[in-house]
Amino acid sequence: MTIRNFTRREFLRDTAATGGAAAIAGSGGKAWAVPAAADPPVPTQHRVTIRLNGTERALQLDPRTSLLDALREQLYLTGTKKGCDMGACGACTVLLDGKRVNACLVLAARLDGREVKTIEGLADGDQLHPLQAAFIEHDGFQCGYCTPGQIMSAAGLLNEGRPLDEHSIREWMSGNICRCGAYPNIVSAIRQASGRA
Amino acid sequence: MQPFALEQGRDIADTIRRGRMPGTDYIAGGTDLVQLLKDDVRRPRRLVDLEGLDLDQITVTPQGLRLGAMTRMSEVADHPAVIRDYPVISQALLASAAPQIRNLGTIGGNLLQRTRCTYFRDTASPCNKRSPGTGCAAIEGVHRTHAIFGGSRQCIATHASDLAVALVALDAVVHLSGPNGARDVRLTELHLMPNDHPDIETVLHPGELILAVSVPAGAWTRRSSYLKVRDRASFEFALTSAAVALDIQDGKIRAARVAAGGVGTKPWRLPAVEQALVGAPATTATWQRGGRLATAGAMPLRDNRFKVRLLRATVTRALEQVGGEA
Ligand SMILES: Cc1cc2nc3c(=O)[nH]c(=O)nc-3n(C[C@H](O)[C@H](O)[C@H](O)COP(=O)(O)OP(=O)(O)OC[C@H]3O[C@@H](n4cnc5c(N)ncnc54)[C@H](O)[C@@H]3O)c2cc1C
Ligand code: SF4
Ligand code: FES
Ligand code: FES
Repeated sequence: MTIRNFTRREFLRDTAATGGAAAIAGSGGKAWAVPAAADPPVPTQHRVTIRLNGTERALQLDPRTSLLDALREQLYLTGTKKGCDMGACGACTVLLDGKRVNACLVLAARLDGREVKTIEGLADGDQLHPLQAAFIEHDGFQCGYCTPGQIMSAAGLLNEGRPLDEHSIREWMSGNICRCGAYPNIVSAIRQASGRA
Repeated sequence: MQPFALEQGRDIADTIRRGRMPGTDYIAGGTDLVQLLKDDVRRPRRLVDLEGLDLDQITVTPQGLRLGAMTRMSEVADHPAVIRDYPVISQALLASAAPQIRNLGTIGGNLLQRTRCTYFRDTASPCNKRSPGTGCAAIEGVHRTHAIFGGSRQCIATHASDLAVALVALDAVVHLSGPNGARDVRLTELHLMPNDHPDIETVLHPGELILAVSVPAGAWTRRSSYLKVRDRASFEFALTSAAVALDIQDGKIRAARVAAGGVGTKPWRLPAVEQALVGAPATTATWQRGGRLATAGAMPLRDNRFKVRLLRATVTRALEQVGGEA
C-alpha cells in the first residue's frame, strides 16, 4: 500500500465526497424526484485547452464539471472560492475573455480555446494589481472569503469603463455578497483603484 | 447531477436534428440550466450547445429592433441604440440578476428561464410543474412571492423574467425554427397559463429553437421605462414591476403599452390600463387611475395580498415617471 501525504484540501475533498455519498443514499427514495431519463449515457471525457492566466492548459473533463471545480479540483487553483455554487454570491467570479462571470455556472467542457483569468493571474509577478493593493490599503475584507471574487468582479467592472460614483459601484458590484459586511471599504478600495478616489 | 452527453451541431439544422431527440436540452448561457442540473430538477441525457451558431446580432432598423437569441443580456443592455430608442429593454435587463450573470445569460435563455418557486427547485417537495400530479406545495405553503394573476388550482408560480415583461409590453415577436420549419409567434402567446398542465410552459415544439426576438418600432418605445420593486435594492427577483411605454402629444396620451412583472404566471400585459390611458390627459389623476385598474381581476392568496397595493403603486409610479407630472 502506498502511503500518501494528505493535504488539507485532499482531506476536505475526500471527507466531503463521503458525506455527499451518504446524503445521496439517504435521499434515494424521494417521492417527488424527477425521473431520470432512461439509460443515461456514460459521459465522454472532453479534451479542451483553455488559456489560463496566460498559459495554455489542457484539461480532460466530464461535461458536468463546472469551471469552478475544474480550477479548484483539477488545476489546484484554490483562490477562486465556492460560496453558493448557484450564481448567487459571486465568490467564484473570474474573467472569461475579459468579462466577469460566475465560474460555478459555466460548464468547463464548453470553453475550448477561451481565455480565463483568475485571482492567481491578476498580479504582475510580485507587483500587486492596483485593486489588490487598494483592498489591502482600505481594509476591504474581514474573513477574506469573498475577496478574490470581489477583486475579480471589480477588475471586470474597471474593464467595462462605466462612470463610478459610490452608488454605481454598489449597484455594479451587487453580484458579490460579503457576509462580513465589508462593503464600505470595498467601495473605497474600488474608487481608489479606478482613479476616482 | 445525472450524467449527460454534451454535443454541438454543425449548423442550425443539425442543432435542431439533435435537439428534437427525447431527453435533450439546449444550453445557451447555462445560468438557469446549470442550476437546474445541479438541483436535479432537469435530468437530460444530452445537452446541445447553442454557442457558435451565429445568433448573436443586434440589428436596429427603422422598422424595429432585432435581438439574436444568443446575444448576452449585458450586450443588449449596453447597446447605445437600445438605450436611446428602447430604454425599457435596457432598464429591465440592468434590473435583472447581476453583472456576472448578465455576461453569460442570453436573450433566448432569459425568456425560457424556469420559475423561481422554491418548491419547484427542491425535489423533496411536491410540485405539479416539476413532477405532474404530485400537487402544489405553494398554494397551502409559502407563497408570498407567487402570482396574483393567472394561477390555477395546479400552480401559482410567477414567470420570473424582467426582460419578458418589457418585451411583452412592446409587442415583441419570437422567431422560431424547428423540425417542422420556421414560424413566428407573438411573445404574448409564447408562454402558456398553468391551467391543468403547469408542466407545459410554452408553445414550443420539441427541438424548436428561438433564433431571435424582434420588437416593432413605435412612437412610444423611446418614452419608456421599467420600474422594479424587490425585497432588496439590487440582485433580487421582482415582487412587482411595471414596463411602461407612452406616446404623448400635446398633453394627451396617443398610445400606451403597459405590462407587469412578479405578479403573473406569465409575463402580464395590462390591456385594461392601456385602454383607459389612450385619449386621456397626461395628468396625475390619469396615472392613478391606471394604477387602480392594474389589479382588476387579481386573485391573491393568504400571503401575497400585499402585491395588490404594491402593484397599483408600482404602475402609478412608472406611469408618472414616463409620462411626467402635469
Ligand atoms: C442568482 C440569479 C439571479 C437572477 N436574477 C434574475 C432577475 O432578477 N431577473 C431575471 O429576469 N432573471 C434573473 N435570473 C435569471 C437569468 O436572467 C437567466 O438564468 C438567464 O437569462 C438565462 O439565460 P441563459 O442563456 O443562461 O439560459 P440557459 O440556462 O442556457 O437556458 C435556459 C433555458 O432556455 C432554453 N434555451 C436557451 N436558449 C434557447 C434558444 N435559443 N432556443 C430554445 N431554447 C433555448 C434552455 O434549453 C433552457 O431550458 C437570475 C439568475 C440567477 C442565477
Ligand atoms: S406554484 Fe407551481 S412551481 Fe410552485 S410548487 Fe406549486 S406547482 Fe410547483
Ligand atoms: S459560488 Fe458561484 S456565485 Fe456563489
Ligand atoms: S470578507 Fe468575509 S465574506 Fe467578505
